[in-house]
Amino acid sequence: MSVGLLFDSTRCIGCGACSAACKEANGLPLPIEEHTTAYTWTVVENVGGVNVRRLCFHCDQPTCVSVCPVAALQKTPEGPVVYAADRCIGCRYCIMACPFGVPKYQWDRPIPVVGKCILCAGRVAQGLPTACAAVCPTGATLFGDRDTLLHQARARLAAGPDTYVDHVYGVTEAGGTALLVLSGVPFEKLGMKTDVPRQPLPLLTWQVLSKIPSFVGVWATFLFGVHWITKRREEVSAYEAQREHER
Amino acid sequence: MSTAVAVRRMARHVGFWEAVFAVIVLLFAGVTVLRFTQGLGAVTNLSDKFPWGLWIGFDVLCGVGLAAGAFTLTAIVHIFNLHRFEPIVRPTVLTGFLGYLMVIIGLLFDLGQPWRIWHALVFWNPHSVMFEVAWCVMLYTAILALEFSPVVFEGLRLERPRRIMRSVATPLVIIGVILSTLHQSSLGSLYLIVPSKLHPLWYTPLLPYLFLISAIGAGIGMTILESYLSERAFGRRLEMDLLEPLARGMVVALGVYGLVRVIVIWKNGAVAMLLHPGYEARMFLLEMLVGVVLPVGLLLIERVRTNPTGLVVAAVFAVLGFVMNRLNVSVTGMEGAAGVQYVPSWMEVTVSLGLVALGFALFAVAVRYLPIFPEPGHGE
Repeated sequence: MSVGLLFDSTRCIGCGACSAACKEANGLPLPIEEHTTAYTWTVVENVGGVNVRRLCFHCDQPTCVSVCPVAALQKTPEGPVVYAADRCIGCRYCIMACPFGVPKYQWDRPIPVVGKCILCAGRVAQGLPTACAAVCPTGATLFGDRDTLLHQARARLAAGPDTYVDHVYGVTEAGGTALLVLSGVPFEKLGMKTDVPRQPLPLLTWQVLSKIPSFVGVWATFLFGVHWITKRREEVSAYEAQREHER
Repeated sequence: MSTAVAVRRMARHVGFWEAVFAVIVLLFAGVTVLRFTQGLGAVTNLSDKFPWGLWIGFDVLCGVGLAAGAFTLTAIVHIFNLHRFEPIVRPTVLTGFLGYLMVIIGLLFDLGQPWRIWHALVFWNPHSVMFEVAWCVMLYTAILALEFSPVVFEGLRLERPRRIMRSVATPLVIIGVILSTLHQSSLGSLYLIVPSKLHPLWYTPLLPYLFLISAIGAGIGMTILESYLSERAFGRRLEMDLLEPLARGMVVALGVYGLVRVIVIWKNGAVAMLLHPGYEARMFLLEMLVGVVLPVGLLLIERVRTNPTGLVVAAVFAVLGFVMNRLNVSVTGMEGAAGVQYVPSWMEVTVSLGLVALGFALFAVAVRYLPIFPEPGHGE
């Protein structure tokens, strides 16, 4: 079973209980900032009268996990994308590559680490819901099995075609994410990225990287071959020049 | 009276460039202290929206690319056995080695926790382009050091190690060429994963190939430039008989590169943006003009190519155009999606300038103490 969150922006009242609970559960310093930072992993933003949560999408095939040179970011079998701060070298490739712009950096610290929502991996491992879902007073954020949540989201779309935009954000984005979002207005109006590719991004680099072993073999053979031939040609011409000279 | 004249003469001897160098070194030292006590935010204009700036775009992407002359020339001499190019191998390998050294120092500034740079050796992620680049850069820097070591042994008159190194020269060069092909292209692959962020004038699945071939072109340009600077600084003559054929190689590399780039934007439809050029399109046009059209156009004219000034001017264009390309990929092309403008802080610029100055200084020191250039009149 893989867990996820369903966030329904039509049910969010913008109370911010999720942000406060997140701070507490993850031991993050106050205050709750306006936008997500390395110290504030989730916020509710009011965009044109609609409340929308910002947090990590926890992709099925996460870009950040694939780009990290030291494997500090990992996708757990339960679903959360977690971060091992003690491994991180601070190259910030995850921040640069994430199609959703999620990971954030501690720019103000001499010994900085990355900060992002980890889907309360510790709580989830104990069978608990995420802190944000546990405190949500309206059920705008639901925690559960990702497939079950998707069913639920589709049922809501079917029951309220006038209430919702006909799309569950997170079903196809970046190949699918653990966070699913419903909205009454077009997603781009909520400041959500709608140009995110439909296929998992790690494939884009893996199709190059996976060819390296065979490339090295062929290229090494070719280079040695060229060296061998040109060298032989040189010896032959030197020998012939000598014979010419002797004659 | 005569002492005063001597002092004044000595003061004049501490020329313009020495003074510039001293100022840069002082500022560099100050910024270094700030960087490591106050964090990246205090010295850079980087942010969560724009996490990679000048230190990646210039120090790393340009530093590695412009050092490509080393693998190109060692391949020409040791793999294609064109031994007449031998006299410019040593300075080019030295340039390459110092280039990589500066890249690594630049990385130590850019990484959030540089003291963990060795983590890539222990914690593996073969799915990461950065992981591959880290390994290749590390191994290739070692190879460059080994390729350069005979010069040091010669300088120290150590015959045995010198002979050992000579016997393994060819395998070293082959490994070096393989590593270079891999990471020169991989620097382009770094950007394959941001199709929705990098502007279509620069994003293409062909990025790894484009990065490799443009590095070969610019690496040759750098070799020409470095010969010219050596001529001026150390009173050497310009090896026109070697540089002119190299320049023809540069024309081919940049020609293929330019053509592929035109085909790419033709096919992905970005070419339409050039009709009503915005910020990105203007930067693209400038980059292509300086980096491809001018050097290729100039060098196709035989009279320009065989003229030292013409050759050097074309090489300067190629190098400048290359730098513009790498900065366009890493900065200009990423700004639109980021929704912010990035201009490096003066402190970021200071570090980059300081590294360039350090590279020049180390080159000058090496030339003074080691047999980098063949003795005049010692030709084979």
